[in-house]
Amino acid sequence: MLKIEDLHVKIGEREVLHDINLHIKEGETHVLMGPNGSGKTTLLRAIMGFGGLDVTEGQIIFKGRDVTRLPIQERAKLGMGMLFQRPPTIAGLKLGKLLAVTSGDRAGMVTEYSRFLHMDTFMDRAINLGFSGGEIKRSEVLQLMVQQPDFVMLDEPESGVDLENISLIGTAIARLLEKDVHIVNRKKSGLVITHTGYILDYLDADYGHVMCDGAFRCHGNPREILRVIKTSGYKECLACQKV
Amino acid sequence: MPEGIERMEDLSPRDKERLTQTGLEVGMKNRSGSFFQVDQEIRQIAALEEGIEVLSIQEALAKYRWLEDYSWKLVKKEKDQYTRFVADQPDPRGFVVIAKKGSRTVFPLQTCLFLAKTPVQHVHNIIIAEEGAELHLISGCASASYTKTGSHIGVSEFYVGRNARITTTMIHNWGDEISVFPRSAARVEENGVFLSNYVCMQPVRKIQMSPVADLAGKNSVARFSSIVVCTSGSHMDLGSVAQLSAEGASAELVTRAITTGGTIISRGMIEGKTRHTKGHIECKGLILKDGIIHAIPEIKGDVVDTELSHEAAVGKIAKDEIEYLMSRGLDEEVATSTIIRGFLDVKIAGLPESLQNQIDAAIDSAEKSGF
Repeated sequence: MLKIEDLHVKIGEREVLHDINLHIKEGETHVLMGPNGSGKTTLLRAIMGFGGLDVTEGQIIFKGRDVTRLPIQERAKLGMGMLFQRPPTIAGLKLGKLLAVTSGDRAGMVTEYSRFLHMDTFMDRAINLGFSGGEIKRSEVLQLMVQQPDFVMLDEPESGVDLENISLIGTAIARLLEKDVHIVNRKKSGLVITHTGYILDYLDADYGHVMCDGAFRCHGNPREILRVIKTSGYKECLACQKV
Repeated sequence: MPEGIERMEDLSPRDKERLTQTGLEVGMKNRSGSFFQVDQEIRQIAALEEGIEVLSIQEALAKYRWLEDYSWKLVKKEKDQYTRFVADQPDPRGFVVIAKKGSRTVFPLQTCLFLAKTPVQHVHNIIIAEEGAELHLISGCASASYTKTGSHIGVSEFYVGRNARITTTMIHNWGDEISVFPRSAARVEENGVFLSNYVCMQPVRKIQMSPVADLAGKNSVARFSSIVVCTSGSHMDLGSVAQLSAEGASAELVTRAITTGGTIISRGMIEGKTRHTKGHIECKGLILKDGIIHAIPEIKGDVVDTELSHEAAVGKIAKDEIEYLMSRGLDEEVATSTIIRGFLDVKIAGLPESLQNQIDAAIDSAEKSGF
């Protein structure tokens, strides 16, 4: 699904991602962990193609196609989607209007999904204007469910969300990633940034990666990595000699 | 003056389209009345609902002596060179609309001022909503497709009686060498509501206006909303003034301005003259191509217990908003126009659906031409 090879990314004059290699196969969910400011969100933004970043070396291959220089919407049309940790507020643009534009021939799903995520009363509200933390995340997940991407990037889906909403969002994301489909037939892939790991209760992630200072320090079982981080913090990762 | 134009239907298809863009129903469907003036000739007057009277100003002044007390009382003849010009005309033109006590019209009354050949079109209008009456006006002002130069000077005096309501929506569709100088004022009595909406998304050489609402009655309300797109070569000096003269009066002045190369001066002034009054000015501007948006909001409080505020912001479309929509699969152009459309989408409380639809249609038409 996604293959990143020797990726180097600069913001201005400073290199912020160094030699990133990552391979996410069809049906796999990977988890990205790391301290604040380590470059996790920057990696997601580079994969999606956002401006303000300069890919100086390496390639991003998506579904066998080099998308490194492709504009954002082309990547979205190929099947990439992203849940934003802090999406912008767009005053004047109603959530319902955006969903009508993005749903295309899946318009019928909007009602079902918006009810499922308790967002059906938000259709006439400007996107994220005055939304609570949970409402922002539910709006994000709803947009992705309507968009139906094959590869979903989730930037801290549980941050700012209460326990009840985490359950709802977790269940919705599990549907988005076809966790209800047998692994052999599962097509959807994901890359999830999490600090707490709460979301993993719903996702059964396959691989975990730890990023420190813009480079991967560790790859392995996501729950095991999380357990180490929870008990010893990231200093264990930084000191780890296995890298 | 063009020959053979007796009714709006007689206009060329192109000019009919120009009128439709200003919200007019050429066939007068879903309208409570109609007034059509071409240059200085009044062509059509119709009142289609009970309780509404539409007259030319000459007829009205001859018919009702009391109207003298309403003529040139809110707008002073000597206000400026334009009002003096209109006042000096021996043969005044324009219309008088009277919504009788307690009358409520569902459909708006349309007035059309069409500039075809005359160098200067001038009108003097008086609009009265008597006690408890509700009147919705849509004023479409346009020039003919073949008219390149000219001026339009319009004096309008609005009287909103006790418990009455007037909404007036003016949509302009001029040419790039036409100058426009509306001079309007309103007086709002107790519990009266005056909603004034202005939409201009097409080129104009110069437009300059600053309507004044005097909220003279207790708990009276005024709301001015302007939605404008200013193209290169256009100069729009747009303001509105609200005087909170009675207890409980409130006013709101809302502007959404986009420049694609032209100059917009957006003025707003609210004066809190009495206790227990409230006013707010909101001006948001987007500069899409190098041009000028100069927001000048003014608030002046004269007494304790008047609450006045203003907010103004001028800038460009935020890149993160465009990229956010692109990540949902929208092309950059579509993402940009979706955001601009949203920016202009000011829902005006209390506006009948048909008038809101006309405003939406004007925005749609500007969107199609790429703003």
